[in-house]
Amino acid sequence: MTVTRAVVRASSYYDSVTLMRLQQALTRLEGIEAAGAVMGTPTNKDLLRQSGLLAPEAAAAGPDDLVVVVRATDPARAEAALAALDSLLERSRARPAGPGAYAPRSIRTAVRLLPGANLALVSVAGRFARTVCDQALGAGLHLFVFSDNVPLEDEVALKDAAIARGRLVMGPDCGTALLGGVALGFTNAVRRGPVGLVGAAGTGLQEVSCLLHRLGTGVSHAIGAGGRDLSAAVGARTMLQGLAALQADPATAAVVLVSKPPDPEVATKVLAAAAGGPKPVIAAFVGAGTGAAAGASGAAVPVVGTLEAAARQAAGLVAQLGWPLDSPEELVEPSLPPAVGCPDRGRRYVRGLFAGGTLAAEALALLSASLGEVRSNLGGGSPPLPEAERGRGHVVLDLGADEFTAGRLHPMLDPELRNRRLVEEARDPEVAVILFDVVLGYGTHPDPAGAMLPAIAEARTAAGGRPPVFVASVCGTDQDPQPRAEQVAKLRDAGVLVAPTNAAAARLAARLAGGAVPDSGDDHPAPGRHGRGAGAASTARAGAHPDLLRLLGEPLRVINVGLESFADSLKSQGVEVVHVAWSPPAGGNLRLAELLTRLETDRRPVGTDGQDG
Amino acid sequence: MDIDTANRQAVERLLAARPVLVGVGRALDVIPGMRRNLILHAGPPITWDRMSGPMRGAVIGGLLYEGLARTAEEAEELAGSGEVDFAPCHHHGCAGPMAGVTTASMPVYVVENRAHGNRTFSTLNEGYGKVLRYGAYAPDVLDRLRWIAEVMAPLLARALEISGGYDMKNHIAQALQMGDEGHNRNRAGSCLFARVMAPHLHQAAADLATPAGDAVKVLRFMAENDLTILNPVMAACKAGLDAAHGVPGSSLVTTMARNGTEFGIRVSGLGDRWFTAPVERPRGLYFPGFTEEDAAGDIGDSTITETAGIGAFAMAAAPAIVQFVSGTPRDAMEATLEMYEITVAENPAFGIPYLDFRGTPTGIDVRLVVETGITPRINTGIAHKDPGVGQIGAGLVRPPMACFEQALAALAGAAS
Repeated sequence: MTVTRAVVRASSYYDSVTLMRLQQALTRLEGIEAAGAVMGTPTNKDLLRQSGLLAPEAAAAGPDDLVVVVRATDPARAEAALAALDSLLERSRARPAGPGAYAPRSIRTAVRLLPGANLALVSVAGRFARTVCDQALGAGLHLFVFSDNVPLEDEVALKDAAIARGRLVMGPDCGTALLGGVALGFTNAVRRGPVGLVGAAGTGLQEVSCLLHRLGTGVSHAIGAGGRDLSAAVGARTMLQGLAALQADPATAAVVLVSKPPDPEVATKVLAAAAGGPKPVIAAFVGAGTGAAAGASGAAVPVVGTLEAAARQAAGLVAQLGWPLDSPEELVEPSLPPAVGCPDRGRRYVRGLFAGGTLAAEALALLSASLGEVRSNLGGGSPPLPEAERGRGHVVLDLGADEFTAGRLHPMLDPELRNRRLVEEARDPEVAVILFDVVLGYGTHPDPAGAMLPAIAEARTAAGGRPPVFVASVCGTDQDPQPRAEQVAKLRDAGVLVAPTNAAAARLAARLAGGAVPDSGDDHPAPGRHGRGAGAASTARAGAHPDLLRLLGEPLRVINVGLESFADSLKSQGVEVVHVAWSPPAGGNLRLAELLTRLETDRRPVGTDGQDG
Repeated sequence: MDIDTANRQAVERLLAARPVLVGVGRALDVIPGMRRNLILHAGPPITWDRMSGPMRGAVIGGLLYEGLARTAEEAEELAGSGEVDFAPCHHHGCAGPMAGVTTASMPVYVVENRAHGNRTFSTLNEGYGKVLRYGAYAPDVLDRLRWIAEVMAPLLARALEISGGYDMKNHIAQALQMGDEGHNRNRAGSCLFARVMAPHLHQAAADLATPAGDAVKVLRFMAENDLTILNPVMAACKAGLDAAHGVPGSSLVTTMARNGTEFGIRVSGLGDRWFTAPVERPRGLYFPGFTEEDAAGDIGDSTITETAGIGAFAMAAAPAIVQFVSGTPRDAMEATLEMYEITVAENPAFGIPYLDFRGTPTGIDVRLVVETGITPRINTGIAHKDPGVGQIGAGLVRPPMACFEQALAALAGAAS
């Protein structure tokens, strides 16, 4: 008979990658039907509950406790699995970087091993990020903060401290950046070129940079600002810094700002700063629709609603400025297949299954404009879309959102969740179009299109006679580790309609579902005064700190704290990097950690003493 | 003064210390507060009833040596009677290896910290095998102690006098570049010391008109004992750490010591409070015929070396003894690199060749130990659990984290 057994280890912290490897190893043991290995946070316990794995002792665990649960065919197998826990954990832990490579435990000791370090890449669990970031700023480092779930007030305090000492904080929740050709986080291999990007939207930055590459130009730097940077609370602190830096950066001729719909006042501030600078700026406020563009049209900075429009305009602009385009690709929209010209009466809805959050937002805006009501789990602050609502009418799901990724790898890394969803949607007789994105680049799945093919085939079978139409876009370039042309070919061979851009894919999906062709007015270049001479707004522009320009001009030397794969990715790009074998202060013991905070003078908010180090 | 400033001040005192071995004197004459019925021992304070085997054996030997008891039974009775007082070496400016038993008529090295003026003391090393510091008290053990007191001590005292003092800071710096780490390995340093002392001992024998052959025996004794210089090295470390002790607010560890039952630490800004926890059993290599089953609990004041930033902290300097840390020279280097995680300074006087002459990790911060979960590494000899058997191996041990957690709580209490 089936039994469930659990082990709780108090104050034992393991990172999520280790735990996922452990979970995988446990499920491979004989007689184990299901396993869960998580830190006992409320979210994780919910996950266990949903899988029927929340044993009573696991329910009592706290966020610093390791919880391991197995469901086995018989008690002996369950006990055997749990008895093997230590050896499995040991094997699940990331291997040291190489023989003799001492992995320091703290930023303090890491900077001693990497003189001239200029950037910390932080991907520890969100509740520890602030401490690590403070230490990094204290050591004089700029920051790329991949960690999410960092409290908003911490983000503001960090950014203020950084600004005070001429440091840049990319993030928190920053997925991507390109500095001087070096890819940080999830980033595509794009040509270096004259367009500088600042974005508060990870896959938005990726899409624009890939499209710039495909349109024959390239990217000088892409600075991530973090998903909340353009909120009222954060006030675009990082975007304004990044904009000023790019305005002064000699490698940058034009700037594109990318964000989901910003707070209106913040948008005004950003646009004013952009208008006051010497270089042309285009703002892509994805999903804000034409309203925002119209509202901001009084400013000298064109505002567009799609990533595609931003990339097209920027490419046109730099060509005008004398930067030649290198064999530009024509972004051709696929023709409608005759078979779907007269859709099945019953099949009328679009279901969008997205790995990229900004790509989902862009699709949502375009679909809504064409089809009316579209349900979605997007829209900051609103409660997650309940499961029951996910299968009704038109739906766009961001599968990278917290409710889907807690305790699981991001869909850009692990196709499993989306694959399952895809088959489910195909079974729904009301679904006409399944729309999805495929994101390539460093840090993502080695073959994301290939990994979806079995699910697409299964979905066709599951749907019976008249399967829905699959529509996709592929965000990437042919220089990516997964060459875009190959990925596109795999999808086309499987009968997927591949659109040249995410926006084009959304428009195609809308048409297939019988919607009106969405307004693509964004594609027309906005009246271009492009900032120069917009004197009234120039006071809003702060000058770039010389240290920021130095960061853009010098080779990166990186201290990596958190996920080791980021260090490996940097090493493969020839970047000098020291990985910190970080663990939570006092091993996660909250009482001791609290005592340490009281005694730890270098943890006081930095930037108040005006000193480095 | 904030903690970082206090620590900087404390560690600067440690780094600025200039310990010089200036002489040899009788414990009763030179150690402050020494008395006939006082027995100094290693580690934090302990009573007779809680002492481990080696410590008891050494106390018995000490009482026999002093003539306070005629038999082991008498000594045990006396030790438990309350007529004999026990105190940590550390309370009297001493550092004692293993059991650390130091009694009134024993000769001790005198180290003077010429930067801060304080003095520290340590007994003369007895060599290997059955020795008092491992709890042996057989007649030959006591005979050797008497020879040390009557023959070796006067000659060494005179030789040091002639030399004008032996600079221990330079000594440690040189020894680290010759493959010593100053705790488990002192072979190079003992050679250095003997080389410098040889002519002075010859002169001392003439000055004191000692019987023919005494100086030769002393030199041979030194030649056969790789640990000759360990005791002065310990006193030198203590001289700097005593100077670093007592800086208000500082979280710098100024003492780590074991009495065989408990491990104890003291912290610069927390006065004379000890923070103790039960000792661990060292892990290491055993001499033929012995196993971990035979090992006594961790014992000795020699952890003063690690506290001062050498010993296991300087493991990268001593590739010859890496088998004690289960590995390769690379492991030795990693051992030292790890200790930078918990220390606040590097000692520019003690450069490690293999690390491009980077200074040894110096000045353990209680906060960093608790934060990182990394306890200090300690190289140590391993004593047999029964008195009188002696050393049975050597290896690595770490202090219990509880000592540092208690100290952290006390610091937080003091700060609020």
